[in-house]
Amino acid sequence: MLELDRLWKTYDTPKGPATIVKNFNLKLKEGEFATLIGHSGCGKSTVLMMVAGLSDLSKGNMILAGREASGPGPDRGIVFQSPCLLPWMTAYENVMLGVNQVYFTASKAERRQMAEYYLTIVGLGDAMHKHPGELSQGMRQRVGIARAFALQPKMLLLDEPFGMLDSLTRYELQEVLLELWRRNRITTLMVTHDVDEAIFLSDRVVMMTDGPEAEVGDILKIPFERPRNRKEIMEDPRYYELREHLITFLNDRSHIRPSREPQFKPSPDMAAELAAHAFPFPTAAA
Amino acid sequence: MPLIEIKGASKGFGPPGNRTEVLKNINLSVEEGEFVVIVGYSGSGKSTLINMISGLVKPDTGTASISGEVITGPGPDRGLVFQNYSLLPWLNVEENIALAVDEVFKDWTPEQRKAHVAKYIAMVKLTPAAHKLPKELSGGMRQRVSVARTLAMQPKVLLMDEPLSALDALTRAQLQDEIADIWLNNKTTVIWITNDPDEAILVADKVIPLLPTSPATLGEPMIVDMERPRDRKAINHDARFKKLRTQLITTLLDAKGRTKVKASVKITLPDILPEDLNYVNSLQFLNRSGPKRRSDKNREEVEVAA
Amino acid sequence: MHLIQRFKLDSIFLPLGAILVTCFFWYVIAGKSVITEKVDDFGDKIKVTKREGLSADLPTPVETWTASKLYITEPFAKRGELDQGILRFTWMSLVLVAQGYAIALIIGTPIGFFLGLSKKFTTAFDPIIQVLRPVSPLAWLPLGMILFSGVKIVNGDGRTTFGASDAAALFTIAICAMWPTVMNTAVGVRAVPQDYLNVAKVLKLSKWKTLWKVLVPATLPYMFTGFRLSLGIAWLVIVAVEMLTGMPGVGGFLWQQYNANSYAHIILCILTIGVVGYVLDRLMSAIESRFKTA
Repeated sequence: MLELDRLWKTYDTPKGPATIVKNFNLKLKEGEFATLIGHSGCGKSTVLMMVAGLSDLSKGNMILAGREASGPGPDRGIVFQSPCLLPWMTAYENVMLGVNQVYFTASKAERRQMAEYYLTIVGLGDAMHKHPGELSQGMRQRVGIARAFALQPKMLLLDEPFGMLDSLTRYELQEVLLELWRRNRITTLMVTHDVDEAIFLSDRVVMMTDGPEAEVGDILKIPFERPRNRKEIMEDPRYYELREHLITFLNDRSHIRPSREPQFKPSPDMAAELAAHAFPFPTAAA
Repeated sequence: MPLIEIKGASKGFGPPGNRTEVLKNINLSVEEGEFVVIVGYSGSGKSTLINMISGLVKPDTGTASISGEVITGPGPDRGLVFQNYSLLPWLNVEENIALAVDEVFKDWTPEQRKAHVAKYIAMVKLTPAAHKLPKELSGGMRQRVSVARTLAMQPKVLLMDEPLSALDALTRAQLQDEIADIWLNNKTTVIWITNDPDEAILVADKVIPLLPTSPATLGEPMIVDMERPRDRKAINHDARFKKLRTQLITTLLDAKGRTKVKASVKITLPDILPEDLNYVNSLQFLNRSGPKRRSDKNREEVEVAA
Repeated sequence: MHLIQRFKLDSIFLPLGAILVTCFFWYVIAGKSVITEKVDDFGDKIKVTKREGLSADLPTPVETWTASKLYITEPFAKRGELDQGILRFTWMSLVLVAQGYAIALIIGTPIGFFLGLSKKFTTAFDPIIQVLRPVSPLAWLPLGMILFSGVKIVNGDGRTTFGASDAAALFTIAICAMWPTVMNTAVGVRAVPQDYLNVAKVLKLSKWKTLWKVLVPATLPYMFTGFRLSLGIAWLVIVAVEMLTGMPGVGGFLWQQYNANSYAHIILCILTIGVVGYVLDRLMSAIESRFKTA
């Protein structure tokens, strides 16, 4: 569904080019939920912005649904950390702005139904005609999620969507997201630094090394069945194993760049991803 | 006798007729030297609860008392640490702390007070930054100054209202460990309010969920009987931690779920598919009157050999 | 409860007290008529009225009121071209201001948008704007007279309804009042958060839609701050313009009364100008705050 092939991001600085992201490879299957995890400043958001088309690729290819993708567009729905609602429009109008845009061939009634459907599912049935200023932070993010899903994008890009919320509200919104995702399994790439969020939501967690020159450091498959129930997952013995794997990576291994370690042994999940790419393992010379 | 005791307290705001009850039937008792963490959703009345103890808010019914005496107003025996540090920006670290110390310990000699300030700056590991202004410090360092200032006044109880919520995850983790360490050496009674269940279990002796019923009320206390100092990584293997964590999170999430008014509405998802805006100018829209539909997708034409 | 009551009373009595104190000082420095009896050269007793005081010709508050009463109690009376009720004069000035102000907004807002949107446009025109901005209205007016010297619209009975001085007045008001609108709109457009623009980009909104659905609403609060400041300036300019051209209006009346030595009427004019300016500013900030919350 999405192929990221040797993605580079470099910025020109007075001291010469600075590489933010180096040789980033990833393949997502249709309907897969993948998460990028890493410390702040490691370039995980840069990767997401490149996929979104809001940031140019310095090098590399990006293929979305069999076509080279360039520039932003509504085929990739984005949920930002702050929901980016236009404050002079109601929640409903904010969703309608996009709906009118991509369903311009549909009837007015159908478009209205579309916006109402998604706003109701995220739990805003009664509050959809309020302005963002009257909504709590969590409610605003619900609107952001509804707006993204209502456009039925080919891909969903989530940039720390719950980063600004407190832990408990975050748990609630994760459930909202999963509920929507259960109805429409849109291929999703999420960026987060929350280990629990990554495990609860995704099929695969891609760990990124520290920036600059960030690259894929490790990959972990999350084996839990869907639909997922938080209590069951938390009581599953595998949960804390996975959690520890991620925490250990973030605390102890995030500085190890595979391309600079001749002795690097990829984990089984990462080896599988490497095998999926036709070219050899990235080397220091690459 | 418990140091802090709240009995049957309730509190609401607003005029009669348009009144919102925030807290109901709050019963809390905190022993001397205890580290209590109250976990709840934002906007569920956590701050009202801590203000009741600090004396900024008077309960409508019931009482709040410290060492057996009813709390009538703020006092130096209860030190408050806020989320927003509240440091004076034109005073450096030392002066900010000295301001509070000079106020509380008026009868001490200047040398005594200076030594006292230095001791607390050292306690939060800020000695090298003692002469820096708040704006030259990171958020985490500022909050450490705020904690040092409050501790230096030697209150009977330290009240912390979401002290770490404004910090990033890494700094937050660091400060959780540090405050837990300081507490271990100091054993001041602490009441800490947070919205992070992990934070609560990591630092507390006793975790009390604030259930988001309307009005909110306190749930069953959960005792955290894990040795200190607690290692945030090793704790992951601890069966007690896992059990408490699951119990706390599900208690809070279930309580929230129960408060929701269940109403079923019938909504239908219209059967329309988005247009590809990359080809808006192409002619394909001309020979098609309506939108693309999902059912068209399924209605493929298949040639079957007759 | 006590606090609220006290606050309300304070907000009435404190300003009232300040007004009384000001009037007292006014009274102290104002001239007073002193009547003395004198024997003249013919041996007759006559009464001589003399003004005495710090500022002998300045009328006292009471004298001002007595002299101005007619203009206030009959605010719309018309006794002659330059002898009309004060609100009638105010209305004439306001009409002129409204026209000039409208021109300022119609020209200023798009210029502001161009400045905000295009770096090149800014680099090109910024020097000109910065030089023209501080020019006084008194300097623009003669230029306006020259520019529009040929303008003359005559009505049926041969009287000029819109002449060179009217055109020059509008030109002066417009060009002086335009700058706050231009500058604030430009700042507002530059301050539109990248987030909002990203929304437009991701949804592939057309240029037109981006302008009306995102840029204009996001800039509105800034634009209205500019509009309010512009209105204030337009009202300042009108007085100067009327004084110079002798057009009927509060400013014209003021100048004419100065020449006629009716000093009390000058004070009446100043107070009227102040009150009207204040009311206009309040009106605009009321509108402004409505857009702020949206």
